[in-house]
Amino acid sequence: MKQIFVKEFTGFFGSLIAYIVMAVFLITVGLFTWVFPDQSVLAYGYADLGTFFSVGPYVFIFLIPALTMRMFAEERKMGTLELLLTRPVTVWQIVLGKYGAVLALGALTLLPTGLYYLALYQLGNPKGNLDSSGILGAYMGLMLMAALFSAIGIWASALTTNQIVAFLVAAFACFVLYAGMDSLSGLIQAGSWSLNLKEVGALYHYEAMSQALVDSRDVIYFLSLSSLFLFFTVLRIQHSV
Amino acid sequence: MSIRVQHVTKVYGRQVAVQHVSFEIKPGEIVGFLGPNGAGKSTTMKMITGYLPITSGEIYVNGVSVEKQPQVVRQHIGYLPEHNPLYLDLYVHEYLEFTGGFYGLRGKALKERVNHIIHDCGLTREQNKKIEALSKGYRQRVGLAQALMHDPPVLILDEPTTGLDPNQIIEIRELIRRVSREKTVIFSSHIMQEVQALCPRVLIIHQGELVADRSLQQLLGDTESEQWISIEFQETVDAALLEALPPVRAVKRLSDRVFSICAARDHDLRATLFHFAAAQGLSLISLKQEQNNLETVFRLLTQPATP
Repeated sequence: MKQIFVKEFTGFFGSLIAYIVMAVFLITVGLFTWVFPDQSVLAYGYADLGTFFSVGPYVFIFLIPALTMRMFAEERKMGTLELLLTRPVTVWQIVLGKYGAVLALGALTLLPTGLYYLALYQLGNPKGNLDSSGILGAYMGLMLMAALFSAIGIWASALTTNQIVAFLVAAFACFVLYAGMDSLSGLIQAGSWSLNLKEVGALYHYEAMSQALVDSRDVIYFLSLSSLFLFFTVLRIQHSV
Repeated sequence: MSIRVQHVTKVYGRQVAVQHVSFEIKPGEIVGFLGPNGAGKSTTMKMITGYLPITSGEIYVNGVSVEKQPQVVRQHIGYLPEHNPLYLDLYVHEYLEFTGGFYGLRGKALKERVNHIIHDCGLTREQNKKIEALSKGYRQRVGLAQALMHDPPVLILDEPTTGLDPNQIIEIRELIRRVSREKTVIFSSHIMQEVQALCPRVLIIHQGELVADRSLQQLLGDTESEQWISIEFQETVDAALLEALPPVRAVKRLSDRVFSICAARDHDLRATLFHFAAAQGLSLISLKQEQNNLETVFRLLTQPATP
């Protein structure tokens, strides 16, 4: 597992993908959070990072599938998966190694946004007047969201040998799960099963977490759904030969 | 017993790829695995490595069941798949370190092993290149190097020389010969000379079934009941005279003076031909028994039954 993690993680940097992903993420959320007047914290006048946490997942919907799309699709196309599967490792170890590498890069991408918190801390009136626990909860939510998207991305990559297909399937699945369910529930008359549909979506659980209400149910939602997609990936790899 | 394959069958959906194949390979043996494309060579090899599940039957490597303890078996096997898949964006030594890590090699031991293998496989000058920058012959060496990283007792090489130029083929063949001392090797190919050059024992597989499992000598010796003799005279000779000789079955006329003569194997035709030449007052320039080569045998065993 460690081999695969290290190879994938260093591979992100060797191929410059890591730098591109980090740059794209930070530039996009940075512009929305601090520069564009419609959403920026400075124009809004309240010391909170709501914009950052609502834009973040949308950027991840594009970036994470871009990171994961080659993971199994390329191994399968190049035939290296065959060698990997004849090494003394289990399929779970291979999948978790790759998954870990994506998660680690996700965490590393989020790390510089800690500066946003520090900046906001200084801007508060009086200084330090901001909802720190809320922001911490939202960070947890964003990281769990990244974990879920990564699991979906890896699963999509195991479905096909075509990286573009893997990217599109993953991005679409992430979008449907994140915002799609929420929007669909709006079409259904309130009071029937519209709330159930909303609860299937990730946005519902993410929003709850970013209000500093870290409910174990929301955490379990993300963890179990991520595990489920990883499990599907393992099944797919085991039965692809 | 290093490799034991017992009544192994592999079915893909409805298509039978390998049917009731059984053979045993002793430690230290080099066995050539021959067969036309699509005969089931790769499938059998993939089942031995544990990559493909077995439909029925059993495979043991060093006495360990591939199905029951795949992780143990994988420690014992070095495998070079067909088409030699590689991570093109890795450096040679980086790839070998990655491979070694799977087999519990760490730190200094790993570095030493990588250097050793790089030296053994003749990759010293190429070790700091990316794999994508290597020629096909060198890539093949990297493929062999990864299979040898953990010094496995069993080597499975699926068509290691396909697509190489003649010089590279000879180099790789030499390399295989050198590294395979004291190892059990299964080596697949559809190139006859290759097997003739490397393997004392040959398995021939055709349409999923094992059609021959013999030593090379036997295979060349007893599959045909006929022998061919090529003969050259100084004078012109009428082919009919040769055909009239009692043991001769057929005469192929190559020119007025050169013939290829076929006879039953149990009779040495050369003496007869010598006496014939003496009686006719002809001068014999050459008289040679032709070796049955593996190619003839192979074609005989694997050609469709209808002529």
